[in-house]
Parts: sequence; structure tokens; C-alpha cells
Amino acid sequence: MLEIKDLHASINGKEILKGINLTIRDGEVHALMGQNGAGKSTLSNVLVGHPAYEVTKGSIIFNGKDLLEMSPEDRAHEGIFLSFQHPVEIPGVSMVNFMRAAVNEQRKYKGQPALTASEFLKLMREKRAIVELDGKLANRSVNEGFSGGEKKRNEIFQMAMLEPTFAILDETDSGLDVDALRIVAEGFNKLRTPQTSAMVITHYQRLLDYLKPDIVHVLLNGRIVKTGGPDLAQKIESRGFDWIKQEVNG
Amino acid sequence: MEEKKDNEEKNKYVKELTQEKYKYGFTTDVHTEIIEKGLSEDVVRLISAKKQEPEWLLEFRLKAYRHWLTMEMPTWAHLDIPEIDYQAISYYADPTAQKKDAPKSLDEVDPELLKTFDKLGIPLEEQMALSGMAVDAVMDSVSVKTTFKETLMEKGIIFCSISEAVREHPDLVQKYLGSVVPYRDNFFAALNSAVFSDGSFVYIPKGVRCPMELSTYFRINAANTGQFERTLIVADDESYVSYLEGCTAPMRDENQLHAAIVEIVVHDRAEVKYSTVQNWYPGDAEGKGGVYNFVTKRGHCKGVDSKLSWTQVETGSAITWKYPSCILSGDNSQAEFYSVAVTNNYQQADTGTKMIHLGRNTKSTIISKGISAGKSQNSYRGLVRVAEKADGARNYSQCDSLLLGSQCGAHTFPYMDIRNETAIVEHEATTSKISEDQLFYCNQRGISTEDSIGLIVNGYAKEVINKLPMEFAVEAQKLLSISLEGSVG
Repeated sequence: MLEIKDLHASINGKEILKGINLTIRDGEVHALMGQNGAGKSTLSNVLVGHPAYEVTKGSIIFNGKDLLEMSPEDRAHEGIFLSFQHPVEIPGVSMVNFMRAAVNEQRKYKGQPALTASEFLKLMREKRAIVELDGKLANRSVNEGFSGGEKKRNEIFQMAMLEPTFAILDETDSGLDVDALRIVAEGFNKLRTPQTSAMVITHYQRLLDYLKPDIVHVLLNGRIVKTGGPDLAQKIESRGFDWIKQEVNG
Repeated sequence: MEEKKDNEEKNKYVKELTQEKYKYGFTTDVHTEIIEKGLSEDVVRLISAKKQEPEWLLEFRLKAYRHWLTMEMPTWAHLDIPEIDYQAISYYADPTAQKKDAPKSLDEVDPELLKTFDKLGIPLEEQMALSGMAVDAVMDSVSVKTTFKETLMEKGIIFCSISEAVREHPDLVQKYLGSVVPYRDNFFAALNSAVFSDGSFVYIPKGVRCPMELSTYFRINAANTGQFERTLIVADDESYVSYLEGCTAPMRDENQLHAAIVEIVVHDRAEVKYSTVQNWYPGDAEGKGGVYNFVTKRGHCKGVDSKLSWTQVETGSAITWKYPSCILSGDNSQAEFYSVAVTNNYQQADTGTKMIHLGRNTKSTIISKGISAGKSQNSYRGLVRVAEKADGARNYSQCDSLLLGSQCGAHTFPYMDIRNETAIVEHEATTSKISEDQLFYCNQRGISTEDSIGLIVNGYAKEVINKLPMEFAVEAQKLLSISLEGSVG
């Protein structure tokens, strides 16, 4: 599904990613861990084509296509979704209009007819239930006045609407209380199909308890320095990153 | 050499692309009688003679012209206005004039003219017309056709061109013309009063609710001419009318002058809604060409409990100078001003309103949304005046500015002149910017940057757009998105 080879990327001339190699197959959930500044968010931004980041070397192939050649919106149409760490507020644009534009753009890309207003509202109601999102929030402007937890829930709701094949969860657990975390994580699990794969960026084991990653990577200074099974995440939870740093430097 | 050719090709492509956005830029090839360029008493007399006007109207024009000669063009607006040579403009162009050898038939309209309005989406055949809307179609200096006139007449409603009104209803015109905007009011009002050609006249009799939307569609076609239309709306006691105005012009490299006057008189318990979608040619991406739009619009809420509402969506013109205003002299009268003004590329707009509270318990609301992009300048200018005797007057003003990019300007000039202690006046203002983060968030959800801007801008302008009649609202939404195309690089 996703194949990243020797990826180098920089922002404002400063190199952040220094040769990432990563392969994610259909249906796999990969966890990406590492300290602040290691390059986790940079990797997710590069995958979705954020214009502030410059790819200086390497390739990303997604379902056989060269991802780096595609515009951010086409990457989205191809099935890539990012649950933002800090979702922005868009005053004046209702969630309904926003999602309707997003869903219909995707349908257009796939050569499907646009949904009618009633079909669309029905879809909204169904998907809202998955993350227990209040109907009132759906009528408000995008993320405007949403609490931190509501914003994250709203991200997963949008994922439910767009049904991506590859989802990136960038610290979706941050700022969530225990109940909200459960709702978001369970919502995500409900949305998974045998084909859906995901990259989960987190500092904590508690989200991974729900999502059960197949593979765990540790990112350090722009490179993946260690890869293991779910036990690696548990080890980091109890012992931190210092032992990995020592391994790398030693 | 090769490179130069390449560049030329590229420029041609860019030019085509930018011009594509203004889909009303075509010209109509029709025999048009245009009088010689220049302005003098003789020209004023000639216009009046062509329209076979009564003596009092010629006198009105001449007084206005003589007064205009004593005036200077206003310079207080936040606009950079190139010098206008008033002698280089022709003041009368008649596309309905018959060629000398053509058979004379007054009832027949040249099919080319009908086709033009068809192309603009304004069919003038009544059976094909938009449902529930009567149209007065004005091209250059002359009204081409007014639809549903007879249907409206059955209810006593007069809807016709102002030239026809001068002939058929001289008492009404003489009573109200210049009663809200006197010719001395300002430089452009004096000019218009001297040379105005066509425009619409509306009279709604006592107790009548106009059963359909009335609208005037203004079209400039001829080159090197000015358009000076004049609209007069009178709503008698307990009547109601909703009136729409639309305007477009061909793309030309030269600037064209448009100086209009709209006067509205609202009597006891009557209500008038006036909506404008102004889409004059804005000039090209380099700021070449475009219409200079200097307009005086004013309503007089003369009667008790009368109500006037201005809604405007301003997307066109190279320069806009326009302040639809209300004089609230009737007790308990109410006025509203809802405005969206978009400027892109090198457009300049200085627009807003004046609310003059004279009567008791009068109420006004101002909602202004400015959107600036490219290298444009967009100003809100408003005055709220509460006179000494206007006990219990209330005003609420909200002026928001939205910026796209960093090379444009947004300015707010709110003036207040409050002379009564019981008045309650509120003013709120915000300035915001469409951020890269917002656009990227939309991109990640599969929405292109231009569609995203359309969504954000329409969301921002929603309060005003919602005030427009249905068909216009849809058109205005599209227009907002199109006007800002290419504004984010």
C-alpha cells in the first residue's frame, strides 16, 4: 500500500527527515513513537503534501502511484486522511457545507454523481453516531468553539465520512480524557476494514491498547532507529527513550 | 527569440485565463446612435430634445449642469482616481435607434438586443422570463424593454423606464425627482442630473403589495460612452416592493464612466427592499480597463413605521464610490444596510452607508463585509447621525474585513455624530485573514484551494447573501467565488 524510500525533507531549509524507509501493507496499523522534534509530525505532513515542507530526496509510492507528484487534494481523493494534531477553526463554514464539499469532490474524482441533500444528511447522521458526535456540533462552523476533545472527535467523524484507505492519526489522543479517548479509539476501530491501514503517532500506550498496532517504530533525529512488535511500545511506556538512544549511539 | 515567443504564448494563455472569469465581457454588434463626445449646455439640450422632454425637466437639467460646472470632483475617498476627461466621453448612446433606411416600427425591438439579454440570462420574452420577476432592460442610454408592465398595471403599479414615466406620469416624476438626492448634493449627482438618460420608475399605490420582484438590468455596450441612469421608486402608504438591480459591461481596455442616482421614497408603513448585484467589468489582472462606478443611492423613510433595506453585493468595477443611505425622518422608521464588497487585482472600493436619524424611535442596522485580495484596496466608510430630536434612536453597526494575501488593504472609516442623549449606538469591527492552515485543512479533505476560498468567503458573507432574493443569492455566491479566482498563488 505505502512504500517510503530514503525520504529526506526539510522546512525553512532545515532538514528534519534524514532518510526514512517504511513500508505499510494493507490492513496494517503502524505506531510511530519518538520524542518531540524527532520528525513524526513532519513525516505526516509530508505524506499529505503540506506546502511548507520540501522533499529533497527519496520517494513515496502509494498504491502504485507516485504520491509526491500529487496535489494535497488528490492525495485525499486517493484515500489518504490526516487526523490533525491541531485542527483549525474555519469560522462561517458550517460542518455540513464543509463535509458536503469534501464528500462530493471525492465522488467527482471517482466519477460518481454528487450526493443529493437528503442522501448526504442521512450519511452524516449515520457517521455521527459512530463517534457519538452531538448533532448540534455538526451544525456549527468547522471546529469553531469546539473543546479539544470535540475537535478530535470531529476529526474521526470526518474520517468516517471520507472512508480513507490510509489514515494518519497525529496525536489524536492528546487532550482527551479517558472516556473521550475510548469513544475516539473505538470509533476508529469500527471504521477499519481489512484493507484500511493506519499510521498512529502517539506518546502513550493507552491509545495503542485500543488500536493494537501490528508494528511499532521509533523515530529519532529524522530516522527510524528501531522497529518492533507491540511489546516495543510497552517497553517505551515503562522505560522511556533513553535506552534506545544509548543503543543507537553505542 | 524562441524564448520571447514562448513568453508571448504564455502571456496570451494567462490573459485568456483571467478574462475567462468575466463571462459578461462580450459586445453586441448593433446599430447605435451615439452623440458627439463632450459636454456643454447644447449637449444637455440635445439629450432632453431626443427624449422629447417637457420644459421643466430641461430646466432641471440645465440648473444641474450649471451647478456642476462650479464643483470639483471629491477627493476625500480612499481611492486613487485617475483624471477623468469629461469632454472625451459621449453622453448619449441609443442602441434602439433605427437606421435611416430601415422601416420604422416603434414596437419592434432589434433581435440582437433581445439576444444580448438572453445571453446575460435575462430573457425579455414574458413567457420565457424568470417566474415572478418583471424586468426593465436598459442598454447604454435607453430602456430596451420592460416586461409584465400590463400585468402590474392591473394592480395600479407603475413599472416603466424613467423616460416613459416623464411622458406618461409627469406629475409623479416632477413631485419626487430630486426630492431625495438634490442635484446640488455632490459632483456626480449634479452630473447625473444634467445628463441622465434612462433608468426605471416604480410607483406602488396605497395598500398594494407588489406581487413580483421588480428588477432593472443595466448593460453598458457602446465604447467611450458613459452610463448615467436614474431610478426613482415611490412606495405609497402600506405598500411593499422588492426591487433588484443587476449590471454588467463588456471588457474594454479603456475605462468607462458610470454615474447613477437611485432615489427611494417610502411613505407611512410601507416597505422597500432594494438589492444590487454589481458586476461591472472590473478591469484585467494588471488593472487595465474597467468601469468607474460613482453612484449616489439614497432612500427617504418619510412615513411613520416605514422600512427600507439596502442589500448590495459589489464584485465588479475598477473603482467603486457608493454609499446607499437612508434618511429616517418618519417616527419608528427602520433602515438596513447589508453589504459585501469584494476587490481583487487592482480594484478599489470605497463604499458604505449613511444613516441619518431624524424621527423618534428610529432604528438602523449596518452589516458590512469587505473582502480584499490581490493588490486591491477596500474601504468601508459610514456615517451614523442622530439629530437632536431623534429620541430613542438606535443603531447597530458591524464592519468586518477579510484579507486574502498580504498585498491588499482593508480600511474602516466609521463616523458618528450623535446629538441626542437617549440614542443607543453600537459599533463592532473585526479584521481577519484566510490562513494557509485553513486552506491546507480544506485541501487535506479533498477540497481545492479555490473551492476552499469560495466556501470560506461565502460563509463569511452568509449574513448578507441570505438577505438577497433566492435566484440572486445563488448567483451572488457563484460570483463571489469567481471574483476571487487566482487570488491565492
